[in-house]
Amino acid sequence: MSAAQAVAVETVELTKRFGEFTAVDRVTFEVETGEVFGFLGPNGSGKTTTIRMLCGIIPPSSGSAQVLGLDVVRDSERIKHEIGYMSQKFALYNDLTVRENLSFYARVYGVSRAERGARIDAMLDRFDLTATHHTLVNDLPSGLRQRVAFAAAAIHQPSILFLDEPTAAVDPAARRGFWDMIYDTAASGTTVFVTTHYMDEAEYCHRLAFMSRGKLIAYDSPAAIRQSLGADMVEVDATPAAAALDALVGQPWVRAATLMGVRLHVMLQPGVPHERVREHLTSAGVTVASVEPATPALEDAFVTLMTGATAG
Amino acid sequence: MSAVQPDGAFAIHTQALTKRFGTVAAVDRLDLDVRVGEILGLVGPDGAGKTTTLRMLAGVIAPTAGSATVLGFDVVGEGDRARRQVGYVAQRFSLYGDLTVEENIRFFAQVYGLRPSEWTTWADEILAFSGLAEFQKRLADDLSGGMRQKLALSCALIHRPHVLLLDEPTAGVDPVSRRDLWRILYRLQADGYTVLLSTAYLDEAERCHRVGFLGQGRLLAVGTPDTLRAQLPHTLVEITLALPTPDSLRRARDLARLASVTRGAQLFGDRLHVLVDSPADVEDVARQVASEVAIRQVAATPPTLEDVFLAARGAPEEGA
Amino acid sequence: MLERIRALMVKEFIQIVRDRRTLIIILVQPMMMLFLFGYAINTTVDHIPTVIADQVRDQRSRDFVRAVVNTGYFDVVGDVPDAGAARSTIDSGAAKVAFIIPPTFGADVLAGRPAQVQALIDGSDPNVAQTALLTANTLAQARGVQLLAESTGRSISSPLDLRPNILYNPGLQSANFMIPGLIGVILQIQAVLLTAFAVVRERERGTLEQLIVTPIRPTEMILGKLLPYVAIAFAQVGATLLIGTLWFGVPINGSLLLLMLLSLLFLIGALGMGLLISTVSRTQAQAMQTTMLTVMPAFIISGFMFPRESMPQAIRLLSYILPLTYFLEILRGIILKGIGLEYLYGQALALLIFAIVIAALSVIRFHKSLE
Repeated sequence: MSAAQAVAVETVELTKRFGEFTAVDRVTFEVETGEVFGFLGPNGSGKTTTIRMLCGIIPPSSGSAQVLGLDVVRDSERIKHEIGYMSQKFALYNDLTVRENLSFYARVYGVSRAERGARIDAMLDRFDLTATHHTLVNDLPSGLRQRVAFAAAAIHQPSILFLDEPTAAVDPAARRGFWDMIYDTAASGTTVFVTTHYMDEAEYCHRLAFMSRGKLIAYDSPAAIRQSLGADMVEVDATPAAAALDALVGQPWVRAATLMGVRLHVMLQPGVPHERVREHLTSAGVTVASVEPATPALEDAFVTLMTGATAG
Repeated sequence: MSAVQPDGAFAIHTQALTKRFGTVAAVDRLDLDVRVGEILGLVGPDGAGKTTTLRMLAGVIAPTAGSATVLGFDVVGEGDRARRQVGYVAQRFSLYGDLTVEENIRFFAQVYGLRPSEWTTWADEILAFSGLAEFQKRLADDLSGGMRQKLALSCALIHRPHVLLLDEPTAGVDPVSRRDLWRILYRLQADGYTVLLSTAYLDEAERCHRVGFLGQGRLLAVGTPDTLRAQLPHTLVEITLALPTPDSLRRARDLARLASVTRGAQLFGDRLHVLVDSPADVEDVARQVASEVAIRQVAATPPTLEDVFLAARGAPEEGA
Repeated sequence: MLERIRALMVKEFIQIVRDRRTLIIILVQPMMMLFLFGYAINTTVDHIPTVIADQVRDQRSRDFVRAVVNTGYFDVVGDVPDAGAARSTIDSGAAKVAFIIPPTFGADVLAGRPAQVQALIDGSDPNVAQTALLTANTLAQARGVQLLAESTGRSISSPLDLRPNILYNPGLQSANFMIPGLIGVILQIQAVLLTAFAVVRERERGTLEQLIVTPIRPTEMILGKLLPYVAIAFAQVGATLLIGTLWFGVPINGSLLLLMLLSLLFLIGALGMGLLISTVSRTQAQAMQTTMLTVMPAFIISGFMFPRESMPQAIRLLSYILPLTYFLEILRGIILKGIGLEYLYGQALALLIFAIVIAALSVIRFHKSLE
């Protein structure tokens, strides 16, 4: 494996069908070496199926994918040696201690006996687990389990790490600490491929791909995705808010609208003047206090893209 | 459809409400008031006591100490009457997967002892505004995550409660369905319903009228998202690097953490967020980072509720 | 490859030791079955509680009562005045058999008329009823010959003299019959259940998914996960044999080596069955249910408890597709009869075919289930 490979993952028209159902539909993207790549989408959008194809677990129906320059079909066994994988369930053995878990995965990945002890100690140290290394995983809080799972996935120093919903159900503080670990890993040259359905978590990634119903509907940096929506987002302060929302939803010049507490976030069709909102609401009997331009959150971006994808 | 306005300002009122499991206090002397007609979100990580609180209010489990009333009815002393006021949606999908949408609703109506004349029209109304009308004959198991949650909500509404207790109603629901669900909640709220819900998503807390932060069974802070943000005793700055690479970003983060005025430094993709005590400290941090890494821009940025939550909770703790 | 299998085995053993449920299945269940079947399930019926309504009370009737007691099958638990009282004792469950000697008994004997003795038998337990009926008949015949001799004044012997010679288990000990069979049954339950649990547990926990993305290949996974249970199963066979011999006095008449070899063959099939069950079960509870569903019929129709000879033709045919049927014949053949492959080659061949078919089927299904 050449470490200098610029592209860690490359897919071309990658497709997976289960019977009539197309789980992944002609998906093409690239992940650069050393980046933190976010793979987003709701449950059932094809995220997991894509990861499973990239890890060589299931073969694609058509199209192709290369991981670290290796073909996912022909070289699936070699790929398994080169990648690390961590699932949202923190697939650890609860009745084994932290050290026993790491030792098990080290052996499975063929880390030599001579190297094993030192490698495990280094991992325990790096992830602040030394104090708990003889504790059963079952007795650990979820934040620590998450770190053990990460250490287990990285024990063989893989060139790319696949993290499948790694931060589900952990504390916000633990989550931030976990992202520190991810950035540290990326800085040491490992590519990190992470899936999540938390919109706010997408902000952590260098680049994003967003899946919806098997299709890739966005693929860029978070800033660029936000910018692609242009200046068409407004924040509206109106009473009664629920009535304002009802008045806006379904209008052809409104792409998406939602309530955030007492204010509305409204995504307009390109070029629609912001004052149109005030006029429409006033005529509908709603009192409008203000209409201000706003920066869309990633969630606004994705909902807009998703509803667009549904309609198309 | 409209909920009866009861007397008294609070739909839910708890005093030193406590639930212990063995030696662990899952809910620890909780004082919480939910006003009639508001949407209040309990926010906190797993194990913070959100579910336990909701279950006590729903009358599923009894408090160890303290008291709680729902629309003035004590959840222990007047349990049956309190329960009658409450529609509860548990965190786990608690419907019958092998019954259709219609059959589930009918079952819950019968459980509450309603006569057909009392619920059939109401059920049609609920199904219409929750968007389930066209799926009446479908098995609950065959519904998508978002639709199941709408069905669960519909079942909880069938006996016309005044207060809705929803435990993580949007967990595992896609962003579009999540918005649909919120739209339903806002409509119910506009009709006079009181909603107390829990969520683990801090970005979702922005949608609530008021937010209560829970941590280790205690209420850490409560207020509207804006007031909570305003209460944050720190300033958040966003630092953009001239040449963001994984390595330079990490270095910048570590440098920022070295500054004595720094309360926290976190990378978000190619941006660095640093929390400092006051605007006057911004320059110190910027200088510290710039000593090794070229900076393109330093700008104040509004804190997220996550920043507020972490500050309210105090020093970051291990796991749990 | 060996390293990966070793890693799996070591992990599996640590988990077995730490998991109370698995330990109970491994240690307690076989012993429980051994002692239950060794003691409680005794198919030999004797000491049947009996009442007598002797309405004559003379020498002859007392002789008859003594003969009843002397068979060893009947325990006289009381005297009752008449047939009605006898019936109500049986109704109440206090006795299972009643002999009623009517007032006319003595006179009939003297007059050379057939003397009637009525026997009431509780038929609700067919085993007990059959034994009672058989014994009572034999008794009546013997007493009849004797009475005839007495009345005619000369000695008469029965024209037919049966000399039974019971082979293999001359004491007709239930334990000797049950315990070799138990080895098969224990292996069957344990191997299927433990394998199914071991795989389903990983599926439930999500670790199976993790293993799939590691360099472990499916074949290595199967070997690494199943070999510990092979070792455990053999330890169980050994322990059962040991306790069977030392405690219950079951003799081992044949070759131990052959027994172990054929047990391995049977075990492969059972482990494959467990693996097969694991591929269709999502949870451990489901695995348990499916296991019971497949194991229970085997108990009943394989000949473990009930003789297959007395089963209807259709069920007998069905029993031929159960490996346990053949394995039981092998176990009893080697342990009790002391016979070898010269007689058991047919059964051994059947086991071999089952082992190959089930193992292949389960490995294929397991591969599929990983995708």
